[in-house]
Amino acid sequence: MLVTSLKDADQLRSGHLLSLPTAPTLDAWGKAWQSACTGVECGGLRPFFVNSMLMVVPAVLVSTTIGAINGYVLSKWRFPGSETLFALLLFGVFMPMQVVLLPMSQVLGWLGIASSIWGLIAIHVLAGIAPTTLFFRNYYVGLPDELLKAAMLDGASFWQNVRRIVLPLSGPILMVTLIWQFTSIWNDFLYGVVFSGADSKPITVGLNNLANTSSAVKEYNVDMAAALIAALPTLLVYVVAGKYFVRGLTAGAVKV
Amino acid sequence: MKKTFADQVQILKGIGIEIEEGEFLILVGPSGCGKSTLLSMIAGLDAPTSGRIHIGDRDVTDLPSKDRDIAMVFQSYALYPNMNVAQNIAFGMEMRKVPKPQREATVQRVAAMLQLGDLLDRKPGQLSGGQRQRVAMGRALARDPKLRVEMRAEIKLLHQRTKTTTVYVTHDQVKAMTLGDRIAVMKEGAVQQFGTPDDIYTRPATRFVAEFIGSPSMNMIAAHPSAVGLAAEGIDLPLTELQRAALRAAGNPAVAYGLRPEDLGLADTGLPGHFTIIEPTGPETYATLQTPLGSITVRVPGALRASVGDAVCLQWSPEKAHLFDAQSGLRLA
Repeated sequence: MLVTSLKDADQLRSGHLLSLPTAPTLDAWGKAWQSACTGVECGGLRPFFVNSMLMVVPAVLVSTTIGAINGYVLSKWRFPGSETLFALLLFGVFMPMQVVLLPMSQVLGWLGIASSIWGLIAIHVLAGIAPTTLFFRNYYVGLPDELLKAAMLDGASFWQNVRRIVLPLSGPILMVTLIWQFTSIWNDFLYGVVFSGADSKPITVGLNNLANTSSAVKEYNVDMAAALIAALPTLLVYVVAGKYFVRGLTAGAVKV
Repeated sequence: MKKTFADQVQILKGIGIEIEEGEFLILVGPSGCGKSTLLSMIAGLDAPTSGRIHIGDRDVTDLPSKDRDIAMVFQSYALYPNMNVAQNIAFGMEMRKVPKPQREATVQRVAAMLQLGDLLDRKPGQLSGGQRQRVAMGRALARDPKLRVEMRAEIKLLHQRTKTTTVYVTHDQVKAMTLGDRIAVMKEGAVQQFGTPDDIYTRPATRFVAEFIGSPSMNMIAAHPSAVGLAAEGIDLPLTELQRAALRAAGNPAVAYGLRPEDLGLADTGLPGHFTIIEPTGPETYATLQTPLGSITVRVPGALRASVGDAVCLQWSPEKAHLFDAQSGLRLA
């Protein structure tokens, strides 16, 4: 992919897939970003990138926050229905995404946010609650109960407990959840294509459109550059934070 | 200080005890007897199903922990790992909105008392076990509480200095005997006996208490009424008049006849037996003998010049025997 994206048009025509670029150029990248055609518009991937950012950042933050609170409560408190709720959440994680397409369309329509960035944010937050809650719950189970009892004795309220003790100890799982959510929401195509409107399509949809739009010549170098642009954020996340992901997954019970 | 306790379904079956102000009370018993549950209820971390709890003159049963004027040291210390020692000690005060200068003064005072002055900036992860224990105690002391509830700490001296009423939980009967002003021996949710270490050791109220406190544990001989009093395996057991009267009053039941290892002596006459195990511990030796009445352990001061298999006799004075009803386990005499 990288190699192809750096080739110029002439070399593409010659058709040798694995050969290195004779005159490497970033033209294809520039085109992919700014001027490639995606269907009728020819603005490159930039608008889609912006849409994805606008969608992903709030969705990741909100779903992670909700998941953290949910997970904390489910791990430390027993109340009527808590076990059932947990089972339902588990089911929610494994449920195929396609199942909610029709009902979600209706709901978003009633809320008036269908075909907009808000709709996308909403669906991703909702879909994200199940896995984030699961992650945090399984992590917080390892938090010693005595720690929270000590805080209770010291007079900490629920939110003081969360802010002063639970959150500072959540580093590893926070990393895992943020990375997981970022990756799955950024890479999502299904919800992106179904629930977005004309000006709210995420980058996955944009990429698809770009690759399928061709005039006379199939510009593989541009396609490859576009694919790489779309993949860059998640790649970057893994490069920068990947070790925290592994550390977080393998973190044992918090040792006090 | 007065406390009355509660019924927790299946865990605590009706506890009623009163603790004196300034007293060091120990709750001791095997795993699962309910002592930790009882402690949690005193601390307010758990609520009783029925009954009331009073600290001083206040009925605190419905009060949350932070309002009960108590402090607790947890078995695992439960120090906040993301805060340093000074913050750990000050956390409770922070929650109660104590002004900063006062908080700092208390932290200094407590740190001085427990020799934590150099460690105030360190986090729990950077401390040794003993240091963590002192920080846990410091956190409790910072509350200057009416009652301190402890799960595991060497604090007899500190207790004498601060005179705080203290409740301490352990399953270690040696700790219980050495540390407590009074001990509550618990089993399966009920208090079997509540008294001073001396009471508990010399006059155990039940067979369980007799066997639980004291190491090696009391020898128990299963005996039944005979023409002259009590017999086991055809051998008559010596009894005092007081004991005979108690047995008669109880209707001459089957009895567990208990003798502590230190109340038995080796002699040329008496109950015959031969040595099966000899355990020298330095200042004394524990010898186990096989006798017609079963296996009996004797404590012999000093070293024992004998070997396994040697024949010897056991003697004891009947006043030293403890008699328990074989059915109920209650003390008869």
